[in-house]
Amino acid sequence: MQVHSMHFKARAGTALGDATLQANLQKFGSAGLAALRAKAVDAYGHAAFEQLRDAGAQIRDRSLADLDTLIERFEREATRRGATVLFARTREDARDLVLEICRRHGLKKAVKSKSMLSEEAGLNEALAAAGVMPVETDLGEYIIQLAGEAPSHIIAPAVHKSKEEVADLFERAHAKPRKTDIPEMTREAREALRTHFVSADLGISGGNFLVAETGSGGTVTNEGNGRMVTTLPRVHVCITGIEKVIPTLEDFATLMRLLARSATGQPISNYISFFTGPKGRDDRDGPEHMYFILVDGGRTNLVGTDMQEMLRCIRCGACMNHCPVYKTVGGHAYGWVYPGPMGSVLTPSYIGLENALDLPHAATLCNQCGVVCPVKIPLPDLLRKLREKQVDRGLRPWSERFGLRIWAWAALHPRIYALGAWWAARYLRFLGGGLKRITKLPLAGRGWTLTRDFPAPEGKTFRELYAKRKRG
Amino acid sequence: MRVGLFVTCLVDLMRPSIGFAALELLEAAGCEVYVPPTQTCCGQPGYNSGDRAAAQALAEKVLAEFEGCEYLVAPSGSCAGMIKTHYPDLFADSPSLRARVERLAGRVHELTDFLANVAKLEKVPGALRGRVTYHDSCAGLREMGVKAQPRALLAKVPGLALVEMGECEQCCGFGGTFSVKFGAISGAIADRKCQGIEATGADAVVLGDLGCMLNIEGRLRRRGNEATRVLHVAEVLAGTTGKR
Repeated sequence: MQVHSMHFKARAGTALGDATLQANLQKFGSAGLAALRAKAVDAYGHAAFEQLRDAGAQIRDRSLADLDTLIERFEREATRRGATVLFARTREDARDLVLEICRRHGLKKAVKSKSMLSEEAGLNEALAAAGVMPVETDLGEYIIQLAGEAPSHIIAPAVHKSKEEVADLFERAHAKPRKTDIPEMTREAREALRTHFVSADLGISGGNFLVAETGSGGTVTNEGNGRMVTTLPRVHVCITGIEKVIPTLEDFATLMRLLARSATGQPISNYISFFTGPKGRDDRDGPEHMYFILVDGGRTNLVGTDMQEMLRCIRCGACMNHCPVYKTVGGHAYGWVYPGPMGSVLTPSYIGLENALDLPHAATLCNQCGVVCPVKIPLPDLLRKLREKQVDRGLRPWSERFGLRIWAWAALHPRIYALGAWWAARYLRFLGGGLKRITKLPLAGRGWTLTRDFPAPEGKTFRELYAKRKRG
Repeated sequence: MRVGLFVTCLVDLMRPSIGFAALELLEAAGCEVYVPPTQTCCGQPGYNSGDRAAAQALAEKVLAEFEGCEYLVAPSGSCAGMIKTHYPDLFADSPSLRARVERLAGRVHELTDFLANVAKLEKVPGALRGRVTYHDSCAGLREMGVKAQPRALLAKVPGLALVEMGECEQCCGFGGTFSVKFGAISGAIADRKCQGIEATGADAVVLGDLGCMLNIEGRLRRRGNEATRVLHVAEVLAGTTGKR
């Protein structure tokens, strides 16, 4: 997928001016996914859910600490059960491995269940170019594939579209009378997808987790499409991040209790599917060939660093559902696969700090993400660390660096600072005029007065008034 | 009780009357208040902009100014949160400083938390006739656990009726330098907050942080709302809202 993360600010501006998008983003309002999560946590009990978050974080930390041996164990167990385990160092390698599998088995049509890694690798474009037709079967992914767009949310990829926009897309794609009743629209999509499920020779799925003790992959879906993708076609490829390996099925169960509640407020998703090797001799269905592709794509660069906590992520989307910035500009503004707080950490980590300069700063550090993260990733701390890395590598604009230097130097010299504050209190008071508010600030302050007035100061500083009072 | 008042740089520059309100409240609670004259800023702008060295230098300064006090109190959840929850991280590599900072961190309180839980203020000097709504600032709420304290104190203010807004725990969009770097986004988030405030029909929004205060007031006025007052909880409790 092409990277547009350097243009966050411009893309956010476009998003703010897009009335349709703004109306669609209302879905994140008081009845949205965040509210559903809150209800689920209430029902589970707050103290119990906190314990669950601790347990989830511990499982992920243990898995990451032991990643090398877990991967070896997963490979051994999966291979023993007839699957082929492949490793891709880069996103491009992952794409090439899938294309190689298509060539080897002469595959022509791929049905896909949701995989964000497939987005990272730009798999659909590569498959199409190689003469393999990719068909997204997750309803949201199907919608955005018809629209020729990228997902704007990791679990609700088409959340930026309205029902009416989807109705238009379906009318064109299905060549049937336009429908706006959601159950009818879903039925129509289901019918269209059925023909693809039975005619596809390749199924591509993601993997929410890989279980080392059994060599299985596991996915979570609400539409059952994952099950069709992983059982009907004669070849199944599961493509996922190398960090997704966990030790046991018991761990999987614990993480499941967290994942669905955090994502959609469901106690459990409609379907949880495990795939363990290809069809056995006595099995009635299942693929003839089963591949796991474990992709690094920048992940191991974080192992053992101060950014490792990010690899705990179980892709629930709670951070974006609670993010004031995400809810205001939507996912496409972030310019790559992963939006919201987790994306603002992952994107610079995977594609390079210098290719996503705005993202670590595109946050108020309100920590609404951190307190809902099911595996307790301290997202604001990680964003701050990325900001420090930008400074260390000289990636911030000189004006910002200069301004900060002056401020820090003055703040360390109280007499000079007091003089500056004395002057600023009077100057800003003067700018505020009779209404005691400034409608146009100079320099960097312009960003503020673009959308807000700036209340004028009272005119004198606390320190001078306090000194006067003490003198009597 | 010897209490160090950390005035904060924004109160010093923008709203000295709030600093005096905090001072009066602490004195009303029977504290001996010490205001270090050399104090400037907690270092948060540097810390959040990736300038760790600047933040460390300022943290050392604050440490030296306040470690002799029994308590450090600030009329800001954000600055108090910086000192309490982030200073220890700044000195992760320096055990002696870290130990000193942790000793201080344990004695840091946001103003309403201190008044309600430590000083156990029984009677507040202020009075305010009207309906107010309370905005929970992010750092106060999520770093300092400030939620019930301001509400309990506001309940003691004669004439005041509290009416909660929808999504009172949602960020107002300030975010320090975020508010100028991404002014358009910040303003749009503030606008949602203002809609929530206006929907309550309250005469005033009360809050505990200068950043949110300037942001919300600025957006309310730009929206053409001249009526809704934006008040710091300290000035409401002290009864000094008319003094600026």
